[in-house]
Amino acid sequence: MANYSTNEFKGGLKVMLDGDPCAIVENELVKPGKGQAFSRVKLRNLITGRVWERTFKSGESLEGADVLDLDMEYLYTDGDMWHFMKTDGSFEQYAVEKKALGDTEKWLKEQVVYTITLWNDNAISVVPPNFIELEVTETDPGLKGDTAQGGSKPATLSSGAVVRVPLFINQGEVLRIDTRSGEYVSRA
Amino acid sequence: MTDWQPTASIDTLRQRAYLMAEVRRFFAEREVLEVETPVLGQGGSTDVHLASLSCEAVTPQGHQRLWLQTSPEFAMKRLLAAGSGPIFQIARSFRDGEVGRRHNIEFSMLEWYRPGWSLTQLLDETQALIRTLLPDDPGPTRQHAYRDLFLTHLHLDPFRVDLDTLRGVASQRGQLDMSDAERDGCLDLLMGLVIEPTLGHSGIDVVVDYPASQAALARRHRDPRDGEWVASRFEIYLKGIELANGYDELTDAAEQRQRFVEDNVARRAQKLPEVAVDERLLAAIESGMPEGSGVALGLDRLIQLALGRERLSEVVAFATPVC
Repeated sequence: MANYSTNEFKGGLKVMLDGDPCAIVENELVKPGKGQAFSRVKLRNLITGRVWERTFKSGESLEGADVLDLDMEYLYTDGDMWHFMKTDGSFEQYAVEKKALGDTEKWLKEQVVYTITLWNDNAISVVPPNFIELEVTETDPGLKGDTAQGGSKPATLSSGAVVRVPLFINQGEVLRIDTRSGEYVSRA
Repeated sequence: MTDWQPTASIDTLRQRAYLMAEVRRFFAEREVLEVETPVLGQGGSTDVHLASLSCEAVTPQGHQRLWLQTSPEFAMKRLLAAGSGPIFQIARSFRDGEVGRRHNIEFSMLEWYRPGWSLTQLLDETQALIRTLLPDDPGPTRQHAYRDLFLTHLHLDPFRVDLDTLRGVASQRGQLDMSDAERDGCLDLLMGLVIEPTLGHSGIDVVVDYPASQAALARRHRDPRDGEWVASRFEIYLKGIELANGYDELTDAAEQRQRFVEDNVARRAQKLPEVAVDERLLAAIESGMPEGSGVALGLDRLIQLALGRERLSEVVAFATPVC
């Protein structure tokens, strides 16, 4: 991979730091008065998701990371691995470990397309679509007529996630959920 | 292509125009003459920490390398030497590689000179201008010696601490390897990373008495408290942002030449391109440039603060990436 110098650091650039692939979040020039310049860089570790803040001397460089974001459809799990398929017509499949799946495990639904980050051709993270439609598999019976009032109750969804839903929702209904906040949006 | 759009809204540009008119009114009332000097010069800034842009031009002398100014300082000093009296300029200036929340490669510098004035008088006027442009009272002004800031924030004396200790503190605070860095490089890192962000949050903070090695085009004097040589400079900070840099101007041509030559020696050592020394500036100083003070103020930054914007790009029509 190519090397990138501090003045090429921009949001989204993927570089290697301490052996892990990272995405640059922000690069801020620090230059006191008439003095020497430094770059204060925020990087997101693509494996742990943690944000690191590091300072570099102007002109220092980092090795680029072989990182790709690809759209893939979820197929099934065999209990150990989760299997996804590329959507480019190649039918190529990738097996993803639980560690890389992280919190996305509770938003999995067959045939839905996820964004998978590959590093050296291994999946390191899976991001669900912002909105997903899932069926309620378990919740207390809905209260008839109670469509306007506030109040909520827990509901278990087909993917295993538990979300707060309005009181009028019944088992078997399909709901639209915002995966970023884990909040109910509407009936689908 | 959608990035043809301006980075500042039209409404912001209207407010910017109003503030620039305020600046001109401020100086008109004080009878400071507005001037315009060339952006291109045969000599450039030798400052090791400034990267100049240059271009090739066809002139009556044939093909010539001309430098884009990093500030209008040199040409304005030639006007002072020619007897202009007090002058100001809003000048396009260029510093290669400087892009960020508070930087743009091309920017507007508000620079002015007051022959016969002390640094203190100029500091008062600079603050008056800043206060005129801000919509709200930023709070009181406090003045700090460079050394006192290091003593307060880092418990070290920037003038006396031994280099190894300084490198250790810089490496630890910056979390990077500064073990072969120079003294000023370590101080710059600590200033930029630790001290600057704390300045200007409950008023206007002014930093004075910089290390003599950071004098650039300013005179040096002895700190009356302990006899240490310091630079006769001030920097003004507001909301963690460096706004203005004032000098008691050096009028000794021989010393100025010496500093330019030393800059180019340092440039060679760091494998940076050498910059042609501005002989006409040196000749002008030699001819008897009047003593006095001058200040350079980042006008885009002041407008950014006055309008409460996060990024400098929000107050310039087309910031560097979409220029």
